[in-house]
Amino acid sequence: MARVIFREERCKGCRLCTAVCPRGIIKMSGRINEMGYHPAALEEPENCTGCTLCALVCPDMVIEVEREEKAV
Amino acid sequence: MSRILMKGNEAIGEGAVRAGCRYFFGYPITPQSELTHYLARRLPEVGGLYLQAESEVASINMVYGASGAGARVMTSSSGPGISLMQEGLSFLAGAELPCVVVNMMRGGPGLGNIAPSQADYFQATKGGGHGDYRLIVLAPNSVQEILDLTGKAFELADYYRNPVMVMADGIMAQMMEPVELKNEAQAEIQAKPWAASGMIDHPGSKRIINSCFVIPEEMEAVNIRLKEKYTQILFNEQDSEGYLLEDAEIVLVAFGTVSRICRAVVEKARQLGIPAGLFRPVTLWPFPAEELKRTTGKAKCFLSVEMNMGQMVEDIQLAISGKAPVYHYGRLGGMVPVARDVLQEVQKLYSGGVVK
Amino acid sequence: MKKVFKRPGILKDVPFHYCPGCTHGVAHRLVAEVIEELGIRDTAIGVAPVGCSVFAMDYFEIDMFQASHGRAPAVATGIKRVLPDRVVFTYQGDGDLAAIGTGEFVHAATRGERITAVFINNAIYGMTGGQMAPTTIMGQVTKTTPFGRDREINGFPIRVCEMLAPLEGTAYLARVAVHTPKAIIQAKKFIKRAFEVQLEGLGFSLVEVLSTCPTNWGLSPLEAVKWLEEKMVPYYPLGEYKSPAGGVINA
Repeated sequence: MARVIFREERCKGCRLCTAVCPRGIIKMSGRINEMGYHPAALEEPENCTGCTLCALVCPDMVIEVEREEKAV
Repeated sequence: MSRILMKGNEAIGEGAVRAGCRYFFGYPITPQSELTHYLARRLPEVGGLYLQAESEVASINMVYGASGAGARVMTSSSGPGISLMQEGLSFLAGAELPCVVVNMMRGGPGLGNIAPSQADYFQATKGGGHGDYRLIVLAPNSVQEILDLTGKAFELADYYRNPVMVMADGIMAQMMEPVELKNEAQAEIQAKPWAASGMIDHPGSKRIINSCFVIPEEMEAVNIRLKEKYTQILFNEQDSEGYLLEDAEIVLVAFGTVSRICRAVVEKARQLGIPAGLFRPVTLWPFPAEELKRTTGKAKCFLSVEMNMGQMVEDIQLAISGKAPVYHYGRLGGMVPVARDVLQEVQKLYSGGVVK
Repeated sequence: MKKVFKRPGILKDVPFHYCPGCTHGVAHRLVAEVIEELGIRDTAIGVAPVGCSVFAMDYFEIDMFQASHGRAPAVATGIKRVLPDRVVFTYQGDGDLAAIGTGEFVHAATRGERITAVFINNAIYGMTGGQMAPTTIMGQVTKTTPFGRDREINGFPIRVCEMLAPLEGTAYLARVAVHTPKAIIQAKKFIKRAFEVQLEGLGFSLVEVLSTCPTNWGLSPLEAVKWLEEKMVPYYPLGEYKSPAGGVINA
C-alpha cells in the first residue's frame, strides 16, 4: 500500500514525473493552479506502489510519498 | 615601550598584527611586496595566516569571505592591483563588511612604473568601484603614523562595518624611520553579531552576507542605511594637521610624503618673509573640510601640492567654496616634487600675477 | 504508513523561482538532503553564485554568502581558513565556475582547499538569457552562437573534471547527472561522498552536475532530458574522476 500527496499549487506542469512512473498513472490534470500551470496528478491512486521515482525527478518537491512497512 | 627602526611596509604589518589582524590574503606587486614578506613570517608567529592568492581579484574575495566569517583581515596592493579589487570593494561596502586595504601608490596610469605617486586619490575617495559607497581613506606621512593609522583602520572598519583604505606611496613604503612600539595588551576584538560563521554560533536563525537586493525598495533602504553611516563618518572622523596656519596667507595643502616636503617649503618661505602655512589632511575621505575652513581664515590663496595632475585640489575647491583661488602644483608619473621648485611656485604666487 | 519521501527541512518552504523542469531544483534538494543526512546543518556555510541560482542564498536555511561572479571559491577559501571546522561549499553554474571563475576554482583546487564545489553544468547561460557557456557543445545553437558553436570562433568546450584530475590538491572529483531517477540516485551518492571528503579533511572536492535548461535550450523539459542524455553525456562522461586512494593529502 502506498500513498502519494501532490502539492498542486507548487507544480509547474513540467511533466517529468509523467515519464518516469512505471505504472503510467500520473497525468496532467485539466485544472489550472494559482501559478497558471496544469498540475500533475495521480489518475489511479490504487495502483501506486510508492516507488518514489516521480518524487525523485520532481524539481519542485511537489510530491511526498508514503508506504506501508512490510511485516518481516 | 621599545623603539626600533622599521620600514614603512613592515610598519603596516606590525600595526595590523597589534590590532588583532590574523589573516592576510594578497598578491605581490611593487612597491608593497615587503609587507607580504613581513606578514608571511609574522602572522604564523601569532597563530595567523598569510595566504598568497593567485591574483588581486582572488585576494579581495578571500578578504570578503574571511571578513564575513567574523575575522579581522586585510590585503594590500598598488595601482593596477587596486583596480582589480574595485568590484570586491563595492561588494564589501554593499555587504557592510569590515576590512583594511593598503594602497602603496605607484606611477600610472596603466602599468606605469614603480616610482611613487599620489594619482589614485580619485579612485580611493570618489569610488573606483561601482555604486553608491565610500571608503574611509587614511593617509599617513611617517612610519610611526603608518603603524598607528593601520591600527586605527581596523577599529574604524569594525565600528562602521566598512572597508578602510590606508594609502601611501612608494617612498613611504620603502623608507625606514624609528618607531615606538607600545607594550600594550593585544587589542580587544568584539565578536560580530552579524558574522555568518555557521548556525552553531547562533542557533535558530541563519545569517546571510549579501549585497544583492532585487526589489528596488529594499535596495533603496539599504542605500539609505549606508548613506546615514557615511554621514556619521563625515561628522565624526575628519582628521588633519595644521602647521603655521594662524596667519598664513598662502596655504599649502598636501598629504603623505609630499606633506613633509611642503613642511620644509613652508619653513623656508617663512625665512624669506612669506606668510605660508601647511594644511595636511590625514583622512582623505572624509576630507577634513571643516578644519580646513576653520583654520585658514587669513588665507588669500591655496596651493595643492600633489604627485598627480590635480585630484585633491578639487576637494579643496569644494571645501572653501570659492573663498579664495586654489592652485595646483604636481609632478607626474613617479616624479617627486623638489622643495626648491615648490618654493618657487609659492614665491610666484606671493608676488602675484600667476594664474594656473 | 511511513513517509519515504519528503522535502528536506533545510530548504525554505517557498516555491522555487526556477523554470518548469529546470533541474536546479533537483540539485538543491540533493545538496540539502546530504547536509541533513550528514548532520552538518549547524556547521555548513554555503556560497551562492551569480546566475539563475543567485537565490540559493535564500533557499538554503543555513548561513550563506553571496559572492561576486566566479569568485565563490575565493570567498569559500577565506571562510574555511578562518573557520576550518565548518563545512564550506560553493554552488556555481558553468559561467560562474568555468568562465569568469576559472582562476579561482583551479587555484582553490590546487591549494587543496578543504571545500566542496557543486558545479551545475547545463551548457548555457541561463539567467542572462541563453548565451554560450564554456561548456556549450560543438554545434550547439545559443543566443551568441546563432549558427552553432564553431571551432574557429569559439574553440572547444571545457571538461572541468578531467582538467582538475591531475592536480594533487584535488581529493574527489565526480561528474553526475540529474535527469533520470537512476542518475539522480547516483548523483546523491557522489555528492555525499564529496562532502564526506571535506569532513575527512582530504582536500578539494567537486561534483559536476549535468543539468537541463529547457527554456534556453528551446526544448520542453522532457525533450531536454533526452538532449542531455544524447548530446551532453557522450561529451561529458559520468563517473568518479578522482577518489581518495587512502591517506591524507599533505596540506
